Amino acid sequence: MARFVARRLAGMVAVLFAVSVIVFVVFMVLPKQNPAQTLAGKNATPVLVKNIEEEWGFDESLPQQYLSMMEKIFTGELIQYSPRLPVLDLIVEKVPATFSLTIGAALIWLFFGLLLGYLSAIRAGGWLDRILTGVSIAGISIPVFLLAPVLIFVFANKLEILPNGQYVPFEEDPVEWLKHLILPWITLAVLSIGFYSRVLRSNMLDVMNEDYVRTARAKGLSERQVMTRHVLRNSLIPVITLFGLDFGATIAGTAIITEAIFDIDGVGNYAADAVQKFELPPIMGVALYGAFFVVLLNTIVDVVYAYLDPRVRLGESASA
Amino acid sequence: MSAPLLSVKDLRVGFATEAGVIQAVDGVSFDLRPGEVVAIVGESGSGKSVTAQTIIGLTRANNARIEGSVKLGGEELTSAGDAAMRRLRGERIAMVFQDPMTSFNPVYRLGDQIVEAIRAHRPDTSKKQGRERVVGLFEAVGIPNAEQRIDDYPHEFSGGMRQRAMIAMALSLEPEVLIADEPTTALDVTIQAQILDLLARLNRERNLATILITHDLGVVAEVADRVLVMYAGKVVEEGTLDEIFYDPQHPYTWGLLGSLTRIDRPRPHRLPQIAGSPPSLLDLPKGCPFRPRCPHEFSKCPQYPPLEARLPDSPGHRDRCWLTPEEKREKRQVEGQIGLEAPREVGQA
Repeated sequence: MARFVARRLAGMVAVLFAVSVIVFVVFMVLPKQNPAQTLAGKNATPVLVKNIEEEWGFDESLPQQYLSMMEKIFTGELIQYSPRLPVLDLIVEKVPATFSLTIGAALIWLFFGLLLGYLSAIRAGGWLDRILTGVSIAGISIPVFLLAPVLIFVFANKLEILPNGQYVPFEEDPVEWLKHLILPWITLAVLSIGFYSRVLRSNMLDVMNEDYVRTARAKGLSERQVMTRHVLRNSLIPVITLFGLDFGATIAGTAIITEAIFDIDGVGNYAADAVQKFELPPIMGVALYGAFFVVLLNTIVDVVYAYLDPRVRLGESASA
Repeated sequence: MSAPLLSVKDLRVGFATEAGVIQAVDGVSFDLRPGEVVAIVGESGSGKSVTAQTIIGLTRANNARIEGSVKLGGEELTSAGDAAMRRLRGERIAMVFQDPMTSFNPVYRLGDQIVEAIRAHRPDTSKKQGRERVVGLFEAVGIPNAEQRIDDYPHEFSGGMRQRAMIAMALSLEPEVLIADEPTTALDVTIQAQILDLLARLNRERNLATILITHDLGVVAEVADRVLVMYAGKVVEEGTLDEIFYDPQHPYTWGLLGSLTRIDRPRPHRLPQIAGSPPSLLDLPKGCPFRPRCPHEFSKCPQYPPLEARLPDSPGHRDRCWLTPEEKREKRQVEGQIGLEAPREVGQA
């Protein structure tokens, strides 16, 4: 276990380093434009450009610029261009909104995905299975940018029972927090509910044919015990893996569209803004934040996997 | 003779498929008495496993048609409710499966899986009582260090040890009937002998009535009292162990006996086999189903032969072959021992 953790930490550092280099190269080296020129504006004097270059360090060598940027990231001193605010503080400020959105949506999609998948599998071939299959396929097929406006139109504009967007911090007003998040949660969860129910259903149908399920019946367990303790339990292993990876990816960026449509001031929206304005410091900050969660969730998945399936041993099999 | 514990009468099991009804078991009857071992022998697809699983109610499905009667101590099982069948599984009839590698759930400890079986029938058993019981069972089936090994996962056991654990689980509720479905097929030969010894010993010590399903007559010779030979869903011959081994009446049985490799005989030029393969259950030949593979086919074979005693001295020895006992005695001799000669057309293949 200790070896596994050590190896994973080393792997995490390697991934974050690679991500930071790629982001730096893509946004700093490849564009031919001088960032100081952009910052100074269209009618800037050469003196002003020169001043900006010196102030932000654009006149230094690229490796030097990279190193000082990394140093500032870890000391929390990295400043975005305009307004001049520390990137770290901004991300920390926006994390509650993003986490409220993604964790809530993840719980919803996991619960309903598994529920629908389970019901579908134990009634495979019956009318309930057919209805749920239709619902799942519909959920998978509807794009977020279509689903969200429809939800807003129906629940916010026509029925006027839910707000059409924005984020209210939980500490400020828990009820409003909930009301503001319901539509974004549904928007973000629908695709995964459909997808997870299909995955669980097909896993369960596979496991039902396993010899040990026949053994479970032969020893006199009730159908419900056979389904929950043996079929569902074993079918969940791959689903949990999938969930860890998807949840990491959602925190890291999949939520961007939903945040943009519902005008939620989260990390995803911040990243989208930064890319539009071509601001390297926030892009770098958000990229590392996303990569960190992807790698972290990957590691958690491996630990949970070894717990769920005793045949897996962390020491030998795992690699970063 | 004591009254039969388990009595199967004219059992028929068919499965509706898109291609038609597959009659997997077609009129099987036999009695099983306490302490007796009945072996059901046949190739893959002969219906032996379906027979066993139907007895315990595991073949019930929407597309299954089950007819005939299975009585356990006078109680009819084919019409018993699902809940009644569930209570009886493991408690009165237990089953040991072929592949011990895949027959335990890989994610639970072996001891827990056996305790689960005990608690399914005796819910007031405490976890501790259950564990103690499993330790005793492990010792009874010859698993060393039982105390520690009950906390192992299935993948930490060897194949032979896993089959012992499977037998321990089957015995956990002291059933009256044990169904062993190819219990040694997936094991090494040396381990096979150990498992068969174990089954024979349990059968003796606990007066356990056993149905042994196998395709291996060598296994049958070790433990069985009576033998049913099945082919294409039907019993083609039945009798005591000695009757089947020393005076077999059906050419299919000759073929099975002839394809046994024996250490006390000269090594054959090539391994004997029964030419051809079993017929499709969707397209059975008219009359005797073994006819296309039988070198002794003659004019009566297109008529379906009844299962009846054809030898005046042994009323319990019944078969489905039209040949007279004298013809059989002569035709089953191949190179000085019992066997089935290769039929002319397919023999060269």
